[in-house]
Amino acid sequence: MYKKGNIAIFAIIMIATILLAVFSTPWVVKNTNLGLDLKGGFEVLYEVQPLEDGDVIDESAMNATVRAINNRINVLGVSEPDVRIEENNRIRVQLAGVSNQNEAREVISSTAQLTFRDVNDNVLLDGKDLAPRGAAIGYDPNSGEPVVELTLQSAEKFGEVTAEIAQLPEPENRLVIWLDYEEGDTYEEEIQKENSKIVSDARVTSQILSDKAIIKGGDITAESAKQLADILNAGALPVKLDEIYSTSVSAQFGQDALEETVFAASIGIIAVFIFMLFFYRLPGLVSIITLVLYINLIMLFFNGINAVLTLPGIAALVLGVGMAVDANIITAERIKDELRSGKSVLSAFRAGNRRSLSTIIDANLTTLISAAVLFYFGQSSVKGFAIMLMISIAMTFISNVFISRYLMHLLVSSRLFDKRKGWFGVKESEIREL
Amino acid sequence: MNFKLTEWNYVKHMRTMFLVSTAIVVLGIGLLFFRGLNLGIDFASGTRVEVLTEERVSQEEFTQAFNDAGIDQEISSVQYADEGRLAYVTFVGQLGQEEVASVKTAFTEQFGNDPNISTVSAQVGRDLAKNALYAVAVASIGIILYITVRFQFSYAVATVVAMLHDAFFMIVAFSLFGIEVNLYFIAAILTIIGYSVNDTIVTFDRVRENITSYEKERKIRSMDVYESIINKSIQETIVRSVNTVITVLVTAIALYAFGAESIRSFSLALIIGLFMGMYSSIFIASYLWLLIKRTTINKKKDTPVTEA
Repeated sequence: MYKKGNIAIFAIIMIATILLAVFSTPWVVKNTNLGLDLKGGFEVLYEVQPLEDGDVIDESAMNATVRAINNRINVLGVSEPDVRIEENNRIRVQLAGVSNQNEAREVISSTAQLTFRDVNDNVLLDGKDLAPRGAAIGYDPNSGEPVVELTLQSAEKFGEVTAEIAQLPEPENRLVIWLDYEEGDTYEEEIQKENSKIVSDARVTSQILSDKAIIKGGDITAESAKQLADILNAGALPVKLDEIYSTSVSAQFGQDALEETVFAASIGIIAVFIFMLFFYRLPGLVSIITLVLYINLIMLFFNGINAVLTLPGIAALVLGVGMAVDANIITAERIKDELRSGKSVLSAFRAGNRRSLSTIIDANLTTLISAAVLFYFGQSSVKGFAIMLMISIAMTFISNVFISRYLMHLLVSSRLFDKRKGWFGVKESEIREL
Repeated sequence: MNFKLTEWNYVKHMRTMFLVSTAIVVLGIGLLFFRGLNLGIDFASGTRVEVLTEERVSQEEFTQAFNDAGIDQEISSVQYADEGRLAYVTFVGQLGQEEVASVKTAFTEQFGNDPNISTVSAQVGRDLAKNALYAVAVASIGIILYITVRFQFSYAVATVVAMLHDAFFMIVAFSLFGIEVNLYFIAAILTIIGYSVNDTIVTFDRVRENITSYEKERKIRSMDVYESIINKSIQETIVRSVNTVITVLVTAIALYAFGAESIRSFSLALIIGLFMGMYSSIFIASYLWLLIKRTTINKKKDTPVTEA
């Protein structure tokens, strides 16, 4: 009487979708990149200022700064940092999943400008004279205290500098090592300060033909020596960074937000399923299958392009479900119209599909326009929302238009439902005779 | 319900609804002018600290805690959620990197949880607001162009005015209830813009189809025909409009009721916007379209057209 093959294919697709959902979910949960609002972390917007008057902040300075920041983030060992230039003189840094946020912020923004100067503050050597990976933690052989050992690129150059200083009379024969010297700082003043930028002022009495120098001081601990060495190795920042916006989310907050929102999302989606099944019956069932597929495809695709899931991103996914199902609703309503006008199930299905397609395309493309605008103008977590919205719209066409129609086609052309118009949500009394 | 959505005379009530909307827009402008918006730190400037505590911590205790951390700024407000266990402390000034660090350390010690701290400078806030306005403007132009190409300019104007009406209502609602406007609010407005247009398009699509099938037989010469076509089209698409709103609304309500605190105002904005989107696509957009049609029909022929 009816085509069993069609029903079988339909059942296979339905089971395959459920299996896909069951098996892909653990993978998705494990591999999704969570944004800092979901796993804790921070975001800082820096305004880049010249270190010294007259320095120009141009594209190459900005790129050099971004490189230096990336090097430092490597020191921290954070995965997937996001460092980008905004509006010519701003740099936005996003780090998710940082265990020690305070340390991370300090490591990123300390300039770490190393200079060797004489007592009159003239530069003799600077950070560029440091050998690659030329800073290391060491211990003072006499006191056993931690120090930072510097290895210079050229012993010869260091010899020249020290020879020059050794010629100066006492007490001017000092080689002063500065960290983050700023214009206006002087040796006389700074050396009196407790938390001095001068990390060493060794007396030089004869030429030193070596490539080693040492930074030591009262407050250097093993930990801070290691950090300083790492920063020096990562390279100095060629600029000064001012924080003009910052936000930090603790890991606990992120975790709670994730759990609550995923729970909310599940409730919302299940409610949509129940509504669709109740109101649209057979097309409702098809829409549920395609929605399950839709959510899976989105999450897999989202992972595939390595996008970062943020809190608004989850919201977009949930809203997307509501909007995707609109494609099913528009089609199902059209089919109902056609059935009420007295058409057979098969021809009502064909006419309904044909007439609803342009509506669905227009309705989704206009949403796509605003999503694209949101992506272009939005920042950080709003961008995450826009990406999710755009992916949702694209997926709507795949699952809730094409696959959905194919599934309906299987059911309708099996002829099992030819006499069962009630299964499409139409009451017998509403059907007009042709 | 003793009337059926699919049999109701919508055109009959459009004028009233349109006047109501216009009145609310005027009142809304006044409200915004006098009351303004409760701008979050994203748009103004300042600092917000979110703290998770064992029990409710009073403002005095927070002041003390900030003083202990070396911050002597005056707290401008403390808001609580989650039975007082979640506190939002804001102040006008910004915190530097070292101050953020010391607050984090001090609070973690005192309250047992690492706080969330956001601090924004006035410049960044202004840029954000500027970007948001650009976004709405660009989206409007894009949508007008698209609809003009796919439909006609008359549909585009009606759709975009209805859409701006929805966005404006969301802003007014936020002003009325004093809900904080933050970064997510912009996302909510733009989502509703997309959604509202989506909704209007579905109705207009049916209007266009019904006009085409009517014109196969004879030319439309009077406003009455346009009005009955609009009414018929709304009746034919109303179930879809309502059902789609229900599905999106259900998910937005779930997010509002069970979702994370920080997207609560976002979800509320969506809920308001969804209602407005449905209302405006039925009453405002259709009425505007009729008004535009009336002027063009009057231009075409000099005979006066009977009032609706």
